[in-house]
Amino acid sequence: MAPIQASQAELDRRKIVGINAEIVTDVTSTDFPGHWPGEDHSWDIEKFKKNFQVKMYKNDKIEANFSLVGIDAAVANALRRILISEIPSVAIERVFIYNNSSVIQDEVLAARLGLIPLKGSKAGIIDFLKWWTKPAEGEPEGSTSNDLNTIRLKLNVGCTRNKDAAPGETDPFKAYHNAHIYAKDIEFVPFGHQVEIFGSEHAVVPTNPNILIAKLRPGQCIDIEMDAIKGVGRDHAKYSPVAPASYRLLPTITITQPILGTDAEKFARCFPQGVIGFEPVTKKEAKQKGSGYVGHEGEKKAVVLDAMKDTVSRECLRHEEFQGKVKLGRVRDHFIFSVESVGQWDSDVLFVEAVKSLKSKCEALRQNLRNMPE
Amino acid sequence: MAPAKSTKATEATAPAEKADTAMTDAPPDVRRGSFDENSPRALAFEKQRVRVLPGSSATAASFEFQEEDHTLGNALRYIIMKNPEVEFCGYSIPHPSEELMNIRIQTYEGTTATEALEKGLNDLMDLCDVVSDKFMTAAEQFASKNQS
Repeated sequence: MAPIQASQAELDRRKIVGINAEIVTDVTSTDFPGHWPGEDHSWDIEKFKKNFQVKMYKNDKIEANFSLVGIDAAVANALRRILISEIPSVAIERVFIYNNSSVIQDEVLAARLGLIPLKGSKAGIIDFLKWWTKPAEGEPEGSTSNDLNTIRLKLNVGCTRNKDAAPGETDPFKAYHNAHIYAKDIEFVPFGHQVEIFGSEHAVVPTNPNILIAKLRPGQCIDIEMDAIKGVGRDHAKYSPVAPASYRLLPTITITQPILGTDAEKFARCFPQGVIGFEPVTKKEAKQKGSGYVGHEGEKKAVVLDAMKDTVSRECLRHEEFQGKVKLGRVRDHFIFSVESVGQWDSDVLFVEAVKSLKSKCEALRQNLRNMPE
Repeated sequence: MAPAKSTKATEATAPAEKADTAMTDAPPDVRRGSFDENSPRALAFEKQRVRVLPGSSATAASFEFQEEDHTLGNALRYIIMKNPEVEFCGYSIPHPSEELMNIRIQTYEGTTATEALEKGLNDLMDLCDVVSDKFMTAAEQFASKNQS
């Protein structure tokens, strides 16, 4: 018996998650074999290839916005989770403090330094730089650190009084030198082969130069060296290469009964700008009996311009006059991704890397499964 | 303090003047292209991380995965549920402090739980290829559209 083919309208209806004032409906996917009697929902790569779409809206080095359409939440979420916690990036891991007479305690200073995002040569950080490993037991500390797995940075600043400042000056910017220590004061110290790879514009520097690290007063100083190594976000958030990677489902707004005149204006104000627009009621519509437009020719009616801009605040569901005239929903298999890179990766490369990472996970486990003892 | 501007690995000296952070260059045999044997991705292949839990039969088995979580668990559950030979598939993380993830698979006669799991992994890899291809095509099209 050939499988029953559900109509496109029915398939579209099943894709919508209903959003009501207090409850959400139809949240889980139902496209599994056996859920709809007689229908074929088994995995078919050709069908997936046909239905799956990627729509790119923005693809800058630092931020990418795109839609994945026709994929299940389980997979989209796996990719999001990998972006956040399993793609390697470089962050400060060890801080050697030679002198710290500032009011910030050593351990607090070290924690702050770790969270400063770094950037540098992409080829250098992604390919050249390898993972640092712990020294074997009995080996001295630092014996595994070399130019291939450690980025050396230093910060050596002291605060002094500004001799040229007016007497009684209270502004610390004018009264002292180096009263504020920023991320840009961190110096990169390349050594060995790093000199060739991380030259001039490829140097490892903080992505955001104006992060305040500490405030000093005359006589205080900070003299430290830092080792940055590769890590993943699951070990510590400082290693996460994104800030952040998230998705939302595409909102839908369906106006089921006419919303006219001043009501239409009020309706538009329930949504962010650009979501709802106005159109005059046409002659044809005014002639249609039972459409609700009869006798309203030329009046303003509310129409949906761009549902994607909606934040789904559900404000329109709070008003008496729109009761039963509008239906809100979200498309269950339309994921609007926003990936913002912290600077070490290009944001689109990050996503490709996440897919690669998921595939590699499967590959490793398949090998494991085949080697599994009986 | 200027770092030694040497191009030879063996000659380069550590930049630090302070003894406890002194470093040397990696020995030349460690430099092998972009493959990194110490990366988590490479290490994932090194260890046997899957086992069948006791009490399993051919068509109904629970698999324990070490060092896996919701990331793979849910994606794998979805793709295995898409197999019409599978009667039931679910996953759980028995305890949040243990890096373990269990997958339960029950199949109809005609296939086994292990086969269903392997098919799931294969299908998920095919899916990854499609997603990756389509994403790169979309990125290229977007770039060429914005250039012209």
